[in-house]
Amino acid sequence: MTEPGVVGSERTVGTASGGVGSSGRRRADLPQLPPALPTGNALDLLRWPVLNTVLRSRWPQLLVRVAALAGFLIAVLTGLLGTPVGNHNLGIVLVWIAWWTIMMLVALPFFGRGWCSICPIPMPGEWLQHGALLTPRRNGAGLKKAWPARFKNIWLQNGAFSAVAVCSAVVLTQPRITAVVLLAFLFVAIGTSLVYERRAFCRYLCPVGGFIGLYSQLAPVAIRVKNKATCVAHTEKSCYRGSADGAGCPWMLYPGALAKNTYCGMCMECVRTCPHDNIAVTLRPFGADLRSPAGRRLDEAFKGFIMLGAAMVYSAVMLGPWGDLKMAAYDIGSARWFAYAFAVLVFINGVLPGLFLAAVSAGRALAGSTQTVKRSFIAFSYALVPLGLMAWIAFSLSFVFASISYLWPTMSDPFGVGWNLFGTVHASWQPYLTRSVPTLQALVLVAGFTWSAVTAHRIAGEEHEQRAALLQAAPVIVCCFLFTASLMGLLIA
Amino acid sequence: MRAEWGARLLVVFGTVALAVLTAVAVRVPAGAVELRGRMADDGGWTPGAIVTRVGEPLTLRMTSDDVVHGFAIGQSARPAVDLLPGTWMTTTLIFDRPGKYTYYCTRWCGPNHWRMRGTIEVTGSGARVLADSVPLFLRLKLDLDQAHPSDALPAETPTAARADGLPSPVAPDGGDLRTQSPAQVWRALRKHPVNARLTDQQLWDEVAAVWRAATSRERLAQGGQLYRDNCAACHGETGRGDGVMAKALMAGTAADPPGGEHTGMLGMSGHGTVAPTDFTNGRNMLGASAAFLQGKIIRGGMGTGMPYWGPIFTESQLWALVDHLWTFQFDYESGAGSSGASRTTRDSASKPAMRPH
Repeated sequence: MTEPGVVGSERTVGTASGGVGSSGRRRADLPQLPPALPTGNALDLLRWPVLNTVLRSRWPQLLVRVAALAGFLIAVLTGLLGTPVGNHNLGIVLVWIAWWTIMMLVALPFFGRGWCSICPIPMPGEWLQHGALLTPRRNGAGLKKAWPARFKNIWLQNGAFSAVAVCSAVVLTQPRITAVVLLAFLFVAIGTSLVYERRAFCRYLCPVGGFIGLYSQLAPVAIRVKNKATCVAHTEKSCYRGSADGAGCPWMLYPGALAKNTYCGMCMECVRTCPHDNIAVTLRPFGADLRSPAGRRLDEAFKGFIMLGAAMVYSAVMLGPWGDLKMAAYDIGSARWFAYAFAVLVFINGVLPGLFLAAVSAGRALAGSTQTVKRSFIAFSYALVPLGLMAWIAFSLSFVFASISYLWPTMSDPFGVGWNLFGTVHASWQPYLTRSVPTLQALVLVAGFTWSAVTAHRIAGEEHEQRAALLQAAPVIVCCFLFTASLMGLLIA
Repeated sequence: MRAEWGARLLVVFGTVALAVLTAVAVRVPAGAVELRGRMADDGGWTPGAIVTRVGEPLTLRMTSDDVVHGFAIGQSARPAVDLLPGTWMTTTLIFDRPGKYTYYCTRWCGPNHWRMRGTIEVTGSGARVLADSVPLFLRLKLDLDQAHPSDALPAETPTAARADGLPSPVAPDGGDLRTQSPAQVWRALRKHPVNARLTDQQLWDEVAAVWRAATSRERLAQGGQLYRDNCAACHGETGRGDGVMAKALMAGTAADPPGGEHTGMLGMSGHGTVAPTDFTNGRNMLGASAAFLQGKIIRGGMGTGMPYWGPIFTESQLWALVDHLWTFQFDYESGAGSSGASRTTRDSASKPAMRPH
């Protein structure tokens, strides 16, 4: 199966060799290839000397990752050994309020998978796999097996996210559970690194990485090659196979064929290993990846439904007035929790896709589409990506400003033992922007709906002329409107 | 290679430093006992039993793992300490008498709040606390589970002030008023020929005046405070048995088989929990003696959901609480006016004082 962003399959560019190839030739030794061309209208951030230096050097990235690792360890330690009271535990506040805020409001919309490039979870596994922390080497540990072909999709990530989602009421509020989940991520990532090549955990298993990938298609930052001809002519493919300058793409992508952000971890290894300086870090319009019909897949389509549905479910459980629903969500292992989990899974995997399928089918009938239903369904599901991201931003706004003040006292006294490290231990809970948040949420949702409607129309335009495209898109737009109205009701009304 | 080792040192040193910092942070001070409070359904106090010796300082490092709890020691004048979620606080206790003390939660933290109890066993020499007091209900061999309905009821709330203008009734045989119910006293008054000229209601007003004379403002205030702190959540501020926790008890009685273990709607657990007693119900209250009520408070309801307070309240507190319960039946205040106010309770000598307790 051909993957998006990959030419053919990984085999077309050589077998995996643990991320570090045998090509040790320096740039000066390389044959002359066609010069790199400008990256169209996109702005190459690497043209700025400071950014070029910062992004090419491994030290800035390492330092940020070490800081993130420290945060990760603090979250785990305070989760395990600090108070079990969620809003007084730094682990909970750090992960589910501070990190989540940065992730959903800044990192994801503007930098896509930027977080993945500094994520500390795969760090220990990579260290073992590469035999080095800074510059990858060939003598690392592990079996370096190829990831099983049948799982080269994000269905496992969809399942992992769904599993976490139905337990989220507890995961998000109980520090020890949060710590255990974080440790589980860490150890699964280490185990995966020791068995499989490269960052298989990040690419195929990480539940967070799954949705970051989906929504990174909207980000204005992307890594792309400047000139594909240069890549074609470059037989060594050091960006994929690795070289003395660095590892082959940890995300198992061939940058020369990169068309979407979905699976690019923005780790900058290809920037470092490309001997022809043919990689650009581009600044482009928001949502540019959605304009390309290439690489649309059913697993990604379902990721969109899972994320949109999860935003609705979270809003209902955590912000809604339904006590019985809350109790069921918290009572993990009980009969009522199983009923809740079953209902949630049916809702996000059955009801939402079913409604959307009905809308897509209606549009096809109206416009006289000749595409298969499956193809239309998959294509139009990408119209939900903007609405999904905006739904998560709106949901996050509901608690971020209300709860961020829990950070001040917990930072000063992470273990609740009477410390006052930053002089903020007595800072009381203080919600911010309480009057503005509903308006902000409404604006965000309206923006998401508009963006989705425009995207749906554009997708319809790939097959039809103006009027027919509008006819085909109309039911999908109505469906998006219903989803938006539901979210508006759950979050604001 | 030097850079690689620098990176490794950074990561390893940072991780070790964090681990050491954590170990220092969570270390329990030498000699201190770490006491955690959780709602009873989640374990109550941990540990549930502490041992110390007379005269030795007992340092407790306490926190709450869920909601706000209060820490207090039964039959102690030491004020309660609030335990805030996620915050540690330290206190040091020194016991001067051996015995088994009960520590308990003073905040209504949940439906089974009263189950948050623990014990401190204090060893050493000296007179043991709680060893020499035999409650009156035991000395009287009262059957606390026996029904005690009053066969005589007033037409309206007996009001002590109304009796102030009446001729003094002829009192019955006297004796300890704590052993007699209001109905018993009323019957004794009713039987006496000299009281024939008084109506039934006037005699009830006389009973109210007798009960008023047997207490004091201070005791009523103390009993009222104890009631609000410890009883009102089930029995209600007005004594009607309609406190915020009453639903949990009543939900159990409605849905579960009699006598079976059940958990009410709000999570109140117990065998055969029943609706909290309505202290405004004259048929129930006027047939009970003070000793009976004190016994109920000391012993609790034995699975009905009524906690046992014996290890918590001192005898003086218990009688003050009982005195307050009578205020749900008797009106000591209204009609007294500004001049009559001074005549209420025991400082009024206008009524015959049947031996007050």
